[in-house]
Amino acid sequence: MFLKDYIKDVFGAIKSLATGMMRTGYYFTHHKEIITQQYPDNRDTLNLPERFKGEVVMPHDEHNEHRCTGCTACELACPNGTIKVVTKFEITPEGKKKKAIDKLVYHLELCTMCNLCIEACPSDAIKMAQTFEHSVFDRAQLTKVLNKPGSKIMEGVE
Amino acid sequence: MWSFSKIANIIHEWLSQTFNATWATIIEMVIAGVAVIGLFAVLGLVLVIMERKVSAWMQIRLGPNRVGPKGLLQSLADTLKLLVKEGMTPNGADKFLFNLAPYIAMMVAMLLLAPIAFAKDFQLWDLNIGVLYVSAISSISVISILMAGWASNNKYSLLGAMRSGAQIVSYELSAGLSVLAIVVLTGSLQLSEIVNSQANGWWIFKGHIPVIIAFVTFIIAVTAETNRAPFDLAEAESELTAGFHTEYSGMKFALFFLAEYANVFIVCAIGATLFLGGWMPFHIGNWAGFNNIMDYIPSSIWFFGKTFFLIFLIMWFRWTFPRLRIDQLLNLEWKYLLPISMINILLVTAMAILKWHF
Repeated sequence: MFLKDYIKDVFGAIKSLATGMMRTGYYFTHHKEIITQQYPDNRDTLNLPERFKGEVVMPHDEHNEHRCTGCTACELACPNGTIKVVTKFEITPEGKKKKAIDKLVYHLELCTMCNLCIEACPSDAIKMAQTFEHSVFDRAQLTKVLNKPGSKIMEGVE
Repeated sequence: MWSFSKIANIIHEWLSQTFNATWATIIEMVIAGVAVIGLFAVLGLVLVIMERKVSAWMQIRLGPNRVGPKGLLQSLADTLKLLVKEGMTPNGADKFLFNLAPYIAMMVAMLLLAPIAFAKDFQLWDLNIGVLYVSAISSISVISILMAGWASNNKYSLLGAMRSGAQIVSYELSAGLSVLAIVVLTGSLQLSEIVNSQANGWWIFKGHIPVIIAFVTFIIAVTAETNRAPFDLAEAESELTAGFHTEYSGMKFALFFLAEYANVFIVCAIGATLFLGGWMPFHIGNWAGFNNIMDYIPSSIWFFGKTFFLIFLIMWFRWTFPRLRIDQLLNLEWKYLLPISMINILLVTAMAILKWHF
């Protein structure tokens, strides 16, 4: 009984080691699997993975409209105070007061790219961009206003 | 056709005609020494770049690709860097032993080169106890590691050295037993005779399954003896910074590094000689045409081809398997490798007596 287990052990070990060696052997012979990006050389053809998180941006459509309602969910979700939502009140055509954003201030220098604000946003107004060359000489340039000047909220987003 | 033995004979004849016997021998020794140092220098450069490229490709990386064509001169640049670095000796270290250790590591590697047959009739020293000599000298290498670890006056170095001691002492057993399998089949300890016994087929083909088991045991044991991953507990970068050579820098570190690669080459050369027929070409039974083509390839290419195949195998292990813990390491030796190789040697002996091998 003991001997049977022992022999089974040895063959199981050899089998699992062989499986591992097959995998590395496959990678060794298949150079197209290489995932290294030779970054400064291939700047034009850089192929970043889909989930890469570079910075927070707010997409605008062709009418300069965004989807942000100014609910401040992202500000509350942010663990290190990166996002600051400055709201204002707009008068709708019906004469009602409606909350909207004046500025969505984003401090890139504080951001850890944790993705919590994007998950917290109820109306998909912000997303992560793939840009990553953020070096600047003046730190004030890292404080960005995400909504474009003169932009307004998209029709139908509550 | 040119061959190593022919060149050696021409040099020998010219020297014996020009000088008297004593001077001829002395000059031959100097030439052999320079050749060995040259071989080590080239081996260091080639094996380091090979290791880095193999590891990169196995880990889906590119590896060095900036210095020279396709990065092939990277190890040359590294050597230059190591040469100009300061070789420091720590204050608390035992200065004499600390500085002696790398040279002992290097000397052991050089001594081991003596009985290896590089090509047909091309051997530095064909002594009649070649296999015994190799296993005796290779166990001295542990002294250099212990010396380096102890003299460094550093807890990481000492831990690494002690682990290495336990490891080499235990793996020496199964390495010896697996080598013994071939000695039993050949009936000789002389390396040239072991090669000649494989003229009609390499032992790994002639010796059935027991020799294959011995071969696998040998490869595992020598990987452990040369302190390479998955048995690199002596260095264990993630636990002991660099183990026994933590305190070494510059050329003294480079000597340890070079000795490791030289040892890898030597154990692979021994493995190729014992199991894969050394410089013997690959022959299949009675296929005269095929055998003639194989004979046409120079014997030195056969030897280096087989050796580099084994080196590649050992690198393949290194970049595939995770490091073993010290108790797992000793379990593997004492509970698995040693009993298996003891039963195996009985099988081989029975096979040799009953003439079951080809």
